[in-house]
Amino acid sequence: MSDYRIQGATGEWEVVIGLEVHAQVTSNAKLFSGAATAFGAEPNTQVSLVDAAMPGMLPVPNRECIRQAVRTGMAIGAEINRWSRFDRKNYFYADLPQGYQISQLYHPLVGEGSVEVAPDEKNPDATKVIGVERIHVEQDAGKLMHDQHPTRSYVDLNRSGVALMEIVSRPDMRSPAEAGAYLRKLRAILRYVGSCDGNMEEGSMRADVNVSVRRPGDEFGTRTETKNVNSVRFVMQAIEHEANRQVDVLEAGGKIVQETRLFNPDTGTTRSMRSKEDAHDYRYFPDPDLLPLELDEAFLDDCRASLPELPDAKRKRYEDAGITPYNAGVLTAEVETARWFDTLLSAGAAPVQASNWVASELFGALNRLGKGIEESPVGPEQAAELLALVADGTLSGSLAKQVFEIMLDTGKAPGAIVEERGLKQTSDTGAIEAVIADVLAKNPGQLEQYRGGKVALFGFFVGQTMKAMGGKANPAVVNDLLKKALG
Amino acid sequence: MTDLTDLGIKQIRDGVRAGSFSAVDVADAFTAKVSRAKALNAFLVETPEHALAAARAADAARAAGETLKPLAGVPIGMKDLFCTNGVTTTAASSILGGFTPPYESTVSQNLWDAGAGMLGKLNMDQFAMGSSNETSAFGNVISPWRRADGSNAPLAPGGSSGGSSAAVAARLCPGATGTDTGGSIRQPAAFTGISGIKPTYGRCSRWGTIAFASSLDQAGPMARDVTDCAIMLEAMAGFDKKDATSLQLDVPGWERGLSSDLKGKRVGIPKEYRVDNMPAEIEALWQQGIDWLRDAGAEIVEVSLPHTKYALPAYYIIAPAEASSNLARYDGVRYGLRDLPDGAGLQDMYAATRADGFGTEVKRRIMIGTYVLSAGFYDAYYTQAQKVRTLIARDFERAWASCDVLLTPTAPSAAFALGEKSADPIAMYLNDVFTVPSSLAGLPAMSVPGGLDANGLPLGLQIIGRSLDEQGVLNAGLAIEERAGFAARPEAWW
Repeated sequence: MSDYRIQGATGEWEVVIGLEVHAQVTSNAKLFSGAATAFGAEPNTQVSLVDAAMPGMLPVPNRECIRQAVRTGMAIGAEINRWSRFDRKNYFYADLPQGYQISQLYHPLVGEGSVEVAPDEKNPDATKVIGVERIHVEQDAGKLMHDQHPTRSYVDLNRSGVALMEIVSRPDMRSPAEAGAYLRKLRAILRYVGSCDGNMEEGSMRADVNVSVRRPGDEFGTRTETKNVNSVRFVMQAIEHEANRQVDVLEAGGKIVQETRLFNPDTGTTRSMRSKEDAHDYRYFPDPDLLPLELDEAFLDDCRASLPELPDAKRKRYEDAGITPYNAGVLTAEVETARWFDTLLSAGAAPVQASNWVASELFGALNRLGKGIEESPVGPEQAAELLALVADGTLSGSLAKQVFEIMLDTGKAPGAIVEERGLKQTSDTGAIEAVIADVLAKNPGQLEQYRGGKVALFGFFVGQTMKAMGGKANPAVVNDLLKKALG
Repeated sequence: MTDLTDLGIKQIRDGVRAGSFSAVDVADAFTAKVSRAKALNAFLVETPEHALAAARAADAARAAGETLKPLAGVPIGMKDLFCTNGVTTTAASSILGGFTPPYESTVSQNLWDAGAGMLGKLNMDQFAMGSSNETSAFGNVISPWRRADGSNAPLAPGGSSGGSSAAVAARLCPGATGTDTGGSIRQPAAFTGISGIKPTYGRCSRWGTIAFASSLDQAGPMARDVTDCAIMLEAMAGFDKKDATSLQLDVPGWERGLSSDLKGKRVGIPKEYRVDNMPAEIEALWQQGIDWLRDAGAEIVEVSLPHTKYALPAYYIIAPAEASSNLARYDGVRYGLRDLPDGAGLQDMYAATRADGFGTEVKRRIMIGTYVLSAGFYDAYYTQAQKVRTLIARDFERAWASCDVLLTPTAPSAAFALGEKSADPIAMYLNDVFTVPSSLAGLPAMSVPGGLDANGLPLGLQIIGRSLDEQGVLNAGLAIEERAGFAARPEAWW
């Protein structure tokens, strides 16, 4: 469906992309220990005896982490496995105190699901379904610090044992744009569900990027895996660079080596980390400290009942209310925006008017102020009041803009601002007629030209009248009365 | 005046309650014996102050007219596999040399909560891997028993809980904790003429017990008789939310439920346990045990456990596989031994630390475990062994259709001399042939002394029960105990 192609010297190449997204589960405690998970805490302050793998310590699954992963699976329409199991992935490294990571290889918690994406923001109806093969839960590792001492490395175990969901896509993406759209959509779903904060800068969400190239329609080529890429932009860059590198290798008569690569955000390039031959033998086997995870219907029902309205459903609801697909897309992309907009609607604002106002006025103002919608100085209830004043004719569009600016500055309610500053629009025909008579008297030249056939001057008289009335006249009434006066 | 160290757990408990003697006198008597028994090398650490503090608390509680705790005034020995807060815990391995846990294992805490005190930490096979105590990094325990032939050859106390068995047999403590992965409570109990029970997997929490093979490891008591085992097990067992494999069940009143009347009970004799080359004395003792149980009112039935011969090979795949992973944490990074040669990198540190810190048998099992889990071999070994494990559990399930408990010998021989089998790991592993199947099935099983062989060395009988039926096992054990009248004890030479 994507027509993204790399133009090589020998012809066109198609790119095949699969993503393994590691998303940190939102939970106060780690996957198998009671230790806290706060980001940015002093090194080794969020560590229990279990996380440090002291002798005789045992893992106990944290129900909340399992619940969040199940809810995430449900949110992408995935099969939830009522029976799953934890396996140990064995390898030695200083950031892995147990000498193994508890993960799920053979029997993951969540099976097949899918995510619908719209790679082109300007064409939100052109969608594509990306398959998700599985979601499993696993422990994060700690962190090595090499910059604390000239000859020694230090270990920070704060992240050791933190719960991650590994969300494995099918190799269904065919362009950097599709991969970017998939990541953004996945992030939005996770944030709607509340199972991951999606904060890529803090490492709450990162992706391993699998890329291969092939002649369009051919079998899959050999893939490489670029590890731990931590922004949407970097993922797109890594794909672009890696695909082009592979095309260069193949066109020069070389072969792609299945290997793990690293992305350098400073240069936008990838480099080899280790090849398949050096790959660890992880000696996976079922963790004998843990019983299989069996989920009962009551637990699943509870997970299902706790799911919020998800982005696709919300978007459809907005579109059904007459909101343009573009606006509906913008309003549902971030959970905070959707939440704000829903509050605005439930405060009585008309959907179409409200969506246009949010997309232009509110976003414009927030952009100018450099603030996110959750920090907006004007809340949705106040905005609803402002829109109601426009709807009932109290404020004209331009008066509404003025009032909104004052609201942004002062935080006051729009009704109060209108009262205080006398910004109320007038439809008093007597007053308006008097002003019109005055305007016509003061502009005899224009009047003569208008009557001579230069009807475009109508706008001039509207402007003069509005100006003379300090912008408070109801524009519709002004129009009517001017037409009459001008004959 | 009676020597207080001749008393068992029940006698001490009841005597302290009755005021026949003080708990402090008991603690002092055992402490003195421990300090004079260094030749046995049963204790790695002596903690007289711990035993004394518990004894003082018991005496004070009695003086204040309070109800005494279940084990008030009883001093015990603690296998060094249990982490004890502030007391060095090494699993008898150099890699944990000097390690002092800042936490207390659930089982030991349960015992302290029941009023028991600790005489010290008991020597064992390193990381509980061994059947003779020769794999301890701190020298092997020597059995208090000697052959009647006057050879004076130092004998194995069994393993891995060999410090526990030797200490109880030598009357250095009235009871001791053991752990059993493939027979490590039962075989040393049999070798030293004492009783020991491995409860159903999940009865005793594994939290704070240094892991050997997680799916098999189970703590249990070792004591002079069946009643003492029941009393001590009641204190050790119980649900623990810190162990995901712990059974969420109340602890039955096993002591109260003891009865040697086996009327209406059926005892199964598994024909596959008649192994080749079984010494005639073992065979004869087994027959004697059958007669005793029949005398106690039980019906004797022959049963078949057809997959028995696969148990040992399956065990020596599963246990090392789990061990190879469980022992990965001893890497020199956070605690215990760190061997950091000049200019060494991380991998060098791992290699040097683990090469120095682990004993030969531990390394052998890590190698076996790593091999059976590696790519290309996993299905042929580990997966196959797990299938065997399932079949063995099914064998037992089928046997329970026709019987309530099983009677077998505990070990294929009496205690052997130190050094006799240490060069041949397979011969050593064969010691577990009768104890391993019930471990793989997670069933309760105990060893009680049945008699002596021609050399005057103890022989044990094993009773295996249904899952959770510790009571049935203890009762059959009691029936044997009453009829065997086993009163032999090693003469003090240490």
